[in-house]
Amino acid sequence: MRLLTTSLAGLAFASSALMAASPAWAQQALVPAQSEILFVSKQMGVPVEGRFKKFDAQIAFDPAKPATSKIAFTVDTGSATLGVKESDAELPKATWFNVPKFPQATFQSTAIKAAGPGKFDVTGKLSIKGATQDVTVPVTLTQSGNITTATGAFAIKRLAFKIGENEWADTSMVADDVQVKFKLALTGVGKL
Amino acid sequence: MNPSRPVRYTATAIALHWLLAIAIVGVFCVGLYMTGLPFSPQRLKLYNWHKWAGVTILTLSVLRLVWRITHRPPALPAAIEHAMPRWQQVAHHATHHLLYALFFIVPLVGWAYSSAAGFPIVFLGIVPLPSFVPVSPELAEAIKPWHEITAYALAALVVLHVAAALKHHVIDRDGLLSRMLPGRG
Repeated sequence: MRLLTTSLAGLAFASSALMAASPAWAQQALVPAQSEILFVSKQMGVPVEGRFKKFDAQIAFDPAKPATSKIAFTVDTGSATLGVKESDAELPKATWFNVPKFPQATFQSTAIKAAGPGKFDVTGKLSIKGATQDVTVPVTLTQSGNITTATGAFAIKRLAFKIGENEWADTSMVADDVQVKFKLALTGVGKL
Repeated sequence: MNPSRPVRYTATAIALHWLLAIAIVGVFCVGLYMTGLPFSPQRLKLYNWHKWAGVTILTLSVLRLVWRITHRPPALPAAIEHAMPRWQQVAHHATHHLLYALFFIVPLVGWAYSSAAGFPIVFLGIVPLPSFVPVSPELAEAIKPWHEITAYALAALVVLHVAAALKHHVIDRDGLLSRMLPGRG
């Protein structure tokens, strides 16, 4: 009996040691409820904020080894909203996101570099509406409890992705620059 | 003083009256037209022009009110006032007070709606104006009908105002309208 208890304890110890040794990314996940992806476009000088309601991430990120870390994103383009019914009815159409043909926008990291304490430059390929562009996104990480929050912002040119075609390609109406801002809550990221 | 020529409004009051008359009729018509347009750059353009015009009207209305307070408008000529039944005298004052109230209420409600809907007003596409209500789709939906209701109320009062002025001019032929007509007094 004593032997059994000891071996069980040993087994428990061994398995926890094994878990600790296993790659951190095995349990990394996005917490959608605490995350947001916003985009700010300018319509005749008026900043208009929109958001994607549905997105997911596949993350294998080790703050100690950024070079071997990977981040992939999928965003459901059909979940874009400006908070106004009339506009939201337009966004899925071919002129804008063309959701039936391109239901998802993706980001796949190609290189991650440390850029200071808690800061990383994430370079990767951003694909929207069938067009792919290289982007570098500065990301800041903060940790609180078991949640790691990644925040950042970068600018894209909407016309490079043909977001707003034909009459809407006029940048005096809707500016070419679109700011993308994100806050992503992640679990399972190792200590910074 | 020639009794057939009542004391006129000041040149500034006359200028503001007609400028704002044209602006308010114009912005009302644009408002009616733009809401029926399909989602398009043209619609976006007209919405922004409508907002800029509304802000301009609001600003000019402030100046107009200040001018009116510091330069009292001429009283109704005694002969005309005596000829008016009591209800007309009440209606005369009530219409002018309500018109002034709506000069402020209609654009402010529109401004609030735009802000609540998440479209802050940027005057002429250059000057961002503050939002005095939070961004909230629910609030925007609650405010939206009131911009329309108050605008129609203003339109109704304008019709009444014009009808009364024309009645004085065409039926009574009392020269009241000449107090507000541009040109020589």
